[in-house]
Amino acid sequence: MNATFVGMPPFPSAARDALADSQLRGNLAKATGTIRAKRAAVVAEVDDWEELRLAGAALKDRALLDLDSKLVQLEESLTAAGAVVHWARDAEEACRIVASVARDHGVDEVVKVKSMATQEIGLNEHLEAEGIAAWETDLAELIVQLGEDLPSHILVPAIHRNRAEIREIFLRRMAEVGRPAPADLTDEPVELANAARLHLREKFLRAKVAVSGANFAVADSGTLVVVESEGNGRMCLTLPEVLVSVVGIEKVVPTWQDLDVFLQLLPRSSTGERMNPYTSTWSGVTPGDGPQEVHVVLLDNGRTRALADEVGRQALRCIRCSACLNVCPVYERTGGHAYGSVYPGPIGAILNPLLRGVGTDEQVDSLPYASSLCGACFEACPVRIDIPSVLVDLRAQVVDAHRPSAKPEAVAMKAAAWSFGSGARLGVVERLSGVVGGATGRVGRRRLPGGRAALSRVPFGAAWTRSRDLPVPPRESFRAWWKRTDGGRS
Amino acid sequence: MVTCVNDAMFPDTGKAVVTLLRRLGVDVEFPQAQACCGQPMVNTGYLDEAVPVVRNCVSAFEGYDAVVTPSGSCAGSVRHQHGIVARRAGDPALGAMSDRTYELSEFLVDVLGVTDVGAYFPHTVAYHPTCHSLRMLGVGDRPHQLLRAVRGLRLVDLPKAEECCGFGGTFALKNADTSVAMGSDKARQVVNTGAEVLVAGDNSCLMHVGGLLSRQRSGVRVMHLAEILASTETAA
Ligand code: SF4
Repeated sequence: MNATFVGMPPFPSAARDALADSQLRGNLAKATGTIRAKRAAVVAEVDDWEELRLAGAALKDRALLDLDSKLVQLEESLTAAGAVVHWARDAEEACRIVASVARDHGVDEVVKVKSMATQEIGLNEHLEAEGIAAWETDLAELIVQLGEDLPSHILVPAIHRNRAEIREIFLRRMAEVGRPAPADLTDEPVELANAARLHLREKFLRAKVAVSGANFAVADSGTLVVVESEGNGRMCLTLPEVLVSVVGIEKVVPTWQDLDVFLQLLPRSSTGERMNPYTSTWSGVTPGDGPQEVHVVLLDNGRTRALADEVGRQALRCIRCSACLNVCPVYERTGGHAYGSVYPGPIGAILNPLLRGVGTDEQVDSLPYASSLCGACFEACPVRIDIPSVLVDLRAQVVDAHRPSAKPEAVAMKAAAWSFGSGARLGVVERLSGVVGGATGRVGRRRLPGGRAALSRVPFGAAWTRSRDLPVPPRESFRAWWKRTDGGRS
Repeated sequence: MVTCVNDAMFPDTGKAVVTLLRRLGVDVEFPQAQACCGQPMVNTGYLDEAVPVVRNCVSAFEGYDAVVTPSGSCAGSVRHQHGIVARRAGDPALGAMSDRTYELSEFLVDVLGVTDVGAYFPHTVAYHPTCHSLRMLGVGDRPHQLLRAVRGLRLVDLPKAEECCGFGGTFALKNADTSVAMGSDKARQVVNTGAEVLVAGDNSCLMHVGGLLSRQRSGVRVMHLAEILASTETAA
């Protein structure tokens, strides 16, 4: 019953399908527009926002620089507080660890706090294969799960759905997996939220094992932190007897005090709130209060590979706020599914290639090109990840991975480098190729407003002219004009 | 630095820059050795191929006080990408022109210290701040200052102006569908302003949005900022 990203086509073709979906385009434009405005308003309130961003980036860099020792410190403080720490090299290992904890307690279901790390490792699918149902309890994740759908946004995985679609999903699917939705359910947000609340309450009260991720893992105090809006996470973190948290190793922050910066940056950037409604922190086991058995799975799954990448390692600063998705003009139009990963949008376009490596998978290799390099993401990112620079660097890695290559593009780039490497050669090429001077052959012509002729069809470049006209090349290049007139002086 | 796109496709922009700068008393030269700044190669991932292109560019402009270009994107490439290519080649000299290269509006406002360049252009104009001017270079409102000082010109507000038009170099071809979707939304905003002319500091973005406006028979034409600033009563 779980959908999968495996086997998704490369970005351009996945995007083409998404662009044709007018419902999706409408839902996305509305949702990202609203959240953009909210973010902009609360960010503008903070006088030292730029200093906060610098601090956030510096703190994360500090932690990443000392990652080896910080992780050992985290393990020690967690263990001292009564947690059991596991290390997982990859998705497979992490899934096996979680499944074995669940099996040890003889359960056939777990409740889940919204978590990107568990999505990344495909935990739900793995548990299902072992006969264990994993119930998502975040409202948007629940919508995705019930809709047998894929997440399309980091913070709001069901952003591509509108309330009419959600009502339909609840009515159709809730009864199959638990408490049914009321038969007279409307698409009023309050009613939808109530239906979800009643449906989930039953699961919270029954579950013995909960699975979570963590937004931050504090090395000095051995504290895990989950930041959320609904309180459903808090239910999972406090009611069940056993808690397993899957935490990417880049989530480490050195000290408890560092949270000061991140708990200001995160809510304003992600939900556009001054403070998030629920912040849960726990350090191991507290006798008589909350889960009495606490496991922490520290997950690599490509993070050390990303850390080794000099330009790309800054992606590990990411606090998964989604601001870059919300401001991205590409994401706004294609939605998240086109990126073929649980990490969509600008951060996904760099994180997936960094975690998985380039040069082996066409879909992954297409992601660094899924951007116009407009820079809106960098401007919005609370930890100042220079996404455009990382994209450009990854493009070079993709090209290098395919060298030597006879791809037409590589040949074209070599030819371009030859003619662009000298003014004299470029002048000759301009004349011979007929780019200037009117030798454009069989073409569709008409006039651009203002008098200049336009081409609607050229023998090459259908990708351009399918939807756009191209100006007719001028009679004379600038270079030739300068020579002929001595720079306009004669 | 006229840029390869302007050289081949938009020579009038280059001529306008020459006219404008001479009118302001600048001694303008066009070193014939110049070709391309290297941005197309760098942005597509062909760093080795970019090395000779950047080397040629840097050597062509050796010995000049300032390099002025009518392209925010190419100015951004010289300033931010020549360093990347220099590192790849292990040759710091390839970063030599980064500090004295200016986008046109920066040169006018910051170096020459003028906003009123004595231009006349009696039309309604919308300005699109291209991404690389806006975010890579941070030209801010310099183009607006220049446009507001043009006699006869009425500058209208373009909603969502700071949003990318979808050109993005090879993005326009590699992801043509997404690029066109972005450009169509931009074109719609432009048409809604009622402007006669869409102006920007990059002809490549204008070629993209202009190509859509033309295909839609919108009646809005596109013009480079330099051409508006070069216009006068006698030669409008
Ligand atoms: S890259 Fe930056 S903006 Fe994007 S999700 Fe991560 S922290 Fe947020």
